[in-house]
Amino acid sequence: MIVTKILAVIFMLGGLFFFLTATIGILRFPDFFTRLHATGKGDTLAVFLFLIGFSLYEGFTLTSLKILFIAVFMVLAQPTATHALSRAGMRCGETILLHEEKKEEKKNDSSI
Amino acid sequence: MTLFFQILGMCLFLLVFLVLYRVVFGPGIFNRAAAVSALGNKTLIILLVIGFLYHRVEMFVDISIVYALLNFIGTLAVAKYLEMEQRKL
Repeated sequence: MIVTKILAVIFMLGGLFFFLTATIGILRFPDFFTRLHATGKGDTLAVFLFLIGFSLYEGFTLTSLKILFIAVFMVLAQPTATHALSRAGMRCGETILLHEEKKEEKKNDSSI
Repeated sequence: MTLFFQILGMCLFLLVFLVLYRVVFGPGIFNRAAAVSALGNKTLIILLVIGFLYHRVEMFVDISIVYALLNFIGTLAVAKYLEMEQRKL
């Protein structure tokens, strides 16, 4: 009984860590696609770990089965939503910030 | 265990505020849409934490399912709408 509680706490702390990395990524990355890359993968794994932890903490009931259903649904749905959003951004002309462009911008700034 | 869930809820609340910066100041509508999607995920987890704090998980888990479905449908609708607007222009 205590083992499942400890496992649940470990899973929840892992989920919190991945939420933190996804949030830092969405705040610090320079470009729409890189931000989407950070939040898409990080949030998917974080939600999955959190829901597994909640399900372990709850025990074997109908509620834990519903929580597992949310976990499976999120693992299927989150990449789909991320892909649709990134395709819409690609077709609407969101710019991809390349490494060379950054260097050129710096050169232009220094020349001015 | 109640203290653990309280600290977890506070950390998630702080993360929601950090993501809210990208929702308010993000350049362009796509950054805002991505940030709103990330914010919905955090809200889903916060709802379950509130349920564990009040010992009423069996009620809050249904709200959480509805929130996950609505977040997914909303993100897809925003993406499709922006794509169609682009094609018309």
